[in-house]
Amino acid sequence: MSFVSVRDVFQSYGNRPILERVNVEVNEGEFISIVGASGCGKSTFLRMLLAEERPTRGIISIDGGEPAVEPGLERGVVFQKYSVFPHLTVRQNIVAGEGFQTPSGRLRGSKRREALERADAMLDRIGLNHVADQYPASLSGGMQQRLAIGQALTAKPRILLLDEPFGALDPGTRLSMHQFLTELRAETKMTVFMVTHDLEEGFKLGDRVLVFDKPRWDPHDPGAFGATITYDFDARDRGIPFQRILDLYPSLAHVS
Amino acid sequence: MRLINRSPARPLAVALAAAPFVAVAIAYAIGSEIRLAANPSDKLLPAPGTILDTAIRLFTEPDRRSGEILLWRDTAASLIRLLGGVGIAALTSLIIGMLIGLLPYARRSLSGFVAVLSMVPPLALLPILFIVFGLGETSKIVLIVIGITPFMTRDLSQRVLDIPHEQIVKAQTLGASTWVIAARVALPQILPRLIANVRLSLGSAWLFLIAAEAVASDVGLGYRIFLVRRYLAMDVILTYVIWITLLAFIIDWALRLLTRKAFPWMEAGL
Repeated sequence: MSFVSVRDVFQSYGNRPILERVNVEVNEGEFISIVGASGCGKSTFLRMLLAEERPTRGIISIDGGEPAVEPGLERGVVFQKYSVFPHLTVRQNIVAGEGFQTPSGRLRGSKRREALERADAMLDRIGLNHVADQYPASLSGGMQQRLAIGQALTAKPRILLLDEPFGALDPGTRLSMHQFLTELRAETKMTVFMVTHDLEEGFKLGDRVLVFDKPRWDPHDPGAFGATITYDFDARDRGIPFQRILDLYPSLAHVS
Repeated sequence: MRLINRSPARPLAVALAAAPFVAVAIAYAIGSEIRLAANPSDKLLPAPGTILDTAIRLFTEPDRRSGEILLWRDTAASLIRLLGGVGIAALTSLIIGMLIGLLPYARRSLSGFVAVLSMVPPLALLPILFIVFGLGETSKIVLIVIGITPFMTRDLSQRVLDIPHEQIVKAQTLGASTWVIAARVALPQILPRLIANVRLSLGSAWLFLIAAEAVASDVGLGYRIFLVRRYLAMDVILTYVIWITLLAFIIDWALRLLTRKAFPWMEAGL
């Protein structure tokens, strides 16, 4: 049984189809990169995974649960920009990952103290201890994105959605963010979906790379058909296939 | 060097800032001098010295009949009306603006109504307010509230809508309820704007206050100005005008200071 299952999903805005017949099954702990040309529905697909939008047809479910009608605790998200709260300090932003769940939005007493301790541990992990009391606007782009990821993880989501998280960063920072994300994944075994424009990034980080494109194209009416997943690459082992076939079929070792 | 790229150095900048004030003062002094030379009992442009004497008298000498210093009584009465009206307007616009900005249902039902309401000229409603609320304090405060609430509401609701949608979605993925999003995400980011709105609307608030006091009142800065107008007491009127300007300036300055102290995150990026 797969962890995230997308079955026969269609999405259209008005009369304009955006996505058609999208099917994909994702196992727990997989890192899925989503690539494709602009306007091919990858961001729409992510918004549907996020339950910010509901598909016009089809079902998206996590761990066999009911399809969600609005974003909630099951899903964590990091956008390219505006993913942290500018009026909270770095530490408060992390604590918000726990505090926002409460009816008043604030933690009090011993719960607050414990949350602050956990927040400091998280800040340690994402390397932002030295700026804990600063406001996000004074951080660099890479630090803001690390904070956004830390904040999302604090709420302990089932899946993490990244919408071009490193798109606005310079190449050097981007590389160190790749390193950071790889380490974080090794620790948490989180199921991740990442939309990216950067093919290299997609293949480097992802276990699988989903390519969105339009299988049918009407030159007289480019908007007539929607996009779907046209390729589903196995990106493990640097994209070279069948490297683990012996794990699956040990008997093959004796064939020769 | 292009004119747009030139900026004055410190001493010249101060002199340039002071120049218009000095120019107005000199122009007034000359005008007053010419008129007084022609007719020493001219009341239209009293000499600066006369205004100063009148100002000292107004600020320190009690009224012979009531034994109170009228200027301070007027100031207190006007400030209570002004701050009462602005306070009520700020609170109302904050609540309605948040509702419109956050809840699609409230937006559908209220935003058109507020847009129409903001087109009603408040001063045209003044007679109605006097008829409904009488000539007391209520009608004056209500005039200020009616005058500035609609446009403050429109601006605040727009500011709530301007909060990046990503932030609202992010808060939801952290498990925040509608209430928590309102109280912990939207409200703190809107408060600086509310204060900015109050600063902008204080000008109109003074206008409505003085208009209401001029029409029907027995105490207040606007009342006094329109009362002494009958005796052509320009020295009193000018003192009051300068005093009102000073009060408005101090309130504005205090609010600006409050914004800087209370919302350190706004300047974090600078």
